[in-house]
Amino acid sequence: MELVCPAGNLPSLKAAVDNGADAVYIGFRDETNARHFAGLNFNDAQIEQCLAYARSRGTKVYVAINTYPQPGNFAKWERAVDQAAEHGVDALILADIGVMDYAAEKWPELRLHLSVQASATTHEAVRFYAEQFGVQRAVIPRVLSVKQVEALVHDSPIPIEVFGFGSLCVMVEGRCYLSSYVTGQGPNTFGACSPASFVRWSETDSNLETRLNGVLIDRVNKDEKAGYPTICKGRFIVNGETGYAIEEPTSLNTLPILPELLRIGVAAIKIEGRQRSPAYVAKVTGVMRAAIDACTRDPENFIPDEDWLSQLTSVSEGVQTTLGAYQREWQ
Amino acid sequence: MSPSGKALPVRLSLGPIQYYWGKEKIIDFYRSVETTPIDIVYLGETVCSKRRSLRLRDWIEIAERLRSAGKEVVLSTLALLEANSELGQVRKLCGNGAFPIEANDMSAVQMLAGETNFIGGASLNIYNLRTLRKLVGMGMTRWVMPVELSQNVLADFRQEMPVAIESEVFAWGRMPIAYSARCYTARAHKVPKDACGYCCIDYPDGLMLSTREDEEFLVINGIQTQSAKAQNLVHALHGSTAGADIFRLSPQSEYTPEVISLFDQTRKGALKADAATEELKALAANDLCNGYWFNEAGMASYSATGSQ
Repeated sequence: MELVCPAGNLPSLKAAVDNGADAVYIGFRDETNARHFAGLNFNDAQIEQCLAYARSRGTKVYVAINTYPQPGNFAKWERAVDQAAEHGVDALILADIGVMDYAAEKWPELRLHLSVQASATTHEAVRFYAEQFGVQRAVIPRVLSVKQVEALVHDSPIPIEVFGFGSLCVMVEGRCYLSSYVTGQGPNTFGACSPASFVRWSETDSNLETRLNGVLIDRVNKDEKAGYPTICKGRFIVNGETGYAIEEPTSLNTLPILPELLRIGVAAIKIEGRQRSPAYVAKVTGVMRAAIDACTRDPENFIPDEDWLSQLTSVSEGVQTTLGAYQREWQ
Repeated sequence: MSPSGKALPVRLSLGPIQYYWGKEKIIDFYRSVETTPIDIVYLGETVCSKRRSLRLRDWIEIAERLRSAGKEVVLSTLALLEANSELGQVRKLCGNGAFPIEANDMSAVQMLAGETNFIGGASLNIYNLRTLRKLVGMGMTRWVMPVELSQNVLADFRQEMPVAIESEVFAWGRMPIAYSARCYTARAHKVPKDACGYCCIDYPDGLMLSTREDEEFLVINGIQTQSAKAQNLVHALHGSTAGADIFRLSPQSEYTPEVISLFDQTRKGALKADAATEELKALAANDLCNGYWFNEAGMASYSATGSQ
């Protein structure tokens, strides 16, 4: 089982490589990828440095070009594909059919992975991309239970990569417009959810309020910690009750089900968090490396180490973790 | 545009019912639709596979009645598939042999491609011409633009579009804006999805989610999340930039025939768009919005000319 780790800059990439990533995924410094944040990602020269560092240590580099171009800006995504291909990266992670069509035609030798943003949740959907564009691996949305992942792995014509740790999208990826409904910018079109330019933090006498383009997402007491105003992690009123109507601030953590994921034949585990710090990347990569190695050695007797769990929890949203949709009861 | 390049009058379609209604209510609803000036009707369950008020043969019966009433009928597939049993449902629908299919995820496209013509639903992520052309090459004859795209994007599409493809836009109603593994209606009832008790039948227009300032913000509809505001594009029926062949109206538990009538009168020029909007406001449970059409936040509302 391959460990795929995030890198938003060169120090993070080094942290991932040094702590045991099998592959690192990165993006360009624009809206062609789903972590289009200020100060994050790589330009041409930096990618060269990335590749040199990763290659010297036997780590693969994947480039995510996983947003959706429109008629007016398609050329920018073509350039991103060309640039990555010219650098000789190990794979592209793509979401858009048009971009895949371009990449498969122009760079037939280049390995393609299906991004989670393509929203493929069944073996028939995965088969479409494998047959049409020669896609060789699919990253699947965080909507399937372990049993459903097992069925998909069994029926899929290509290997399956799943999310193993990190911030949790509770909506099926690639088809969530919550952010664009409120701000006009969302993951598909702009490469970011709840963009920072729309976020306002304001203090009242006793509260701290977080807003996204004016919409109140959460209100906490001054002594509480306020989370980033991602819409799906806000507190709202439904049927007269106030609470986390969609999901609490929490991170996905699959350590408890690692033997299951290994047994059912998942090909790769992805860590979320290109926007996070090098320290986060180092910690999570190190823990997941140790866990995967221990689990591979002796899956029958694998028990997640307490120290691993506390390390992961310490870097989790809301300092808590969940198995998310993998666990049927969560749904 | 027709293949000859001549502009045809805009057609009106009725999207699939997004909510969970009982069998009688669904049958009555489509009876009331038969006599309206709607041109196209999309039928079927697109949100949750557990909702089974009607079986496939019941849907086909409704479809046949509507066809006899002069409507074009399309069967729509689920937007989010998770289990193999759901793939089976979609496969059965695709193989119905009598009515065309609206594919709402790539599984359905994979089943239909090369076999029969199909319609690409709004949740297929068709954001650019290369994607559109690829799907047209596989048998897609009509596409529904993703709700978050604007009139400018549609105009860009139209400039280079293969003429044989029809464009449809989501023109009325609460917009589907997210899907999840989790059922939020069940969550509001503090039960997991597997023990939902079909509680969404109690919310024929969905369950309101408000901010803590009591702003009605989103609508929970099982595993689907919708905008609380209703999208209204009646003003685009005659806009020079519109360019959509078909305007889709989304069913609501009440006043759907009235909504159809207002869009119909407006397309015929019997009613001005501003006057229609005033009347439509009274038929919507919440404020109206059209921000996406103007390349802004979907929840925003602009006048027909684009001023806020």
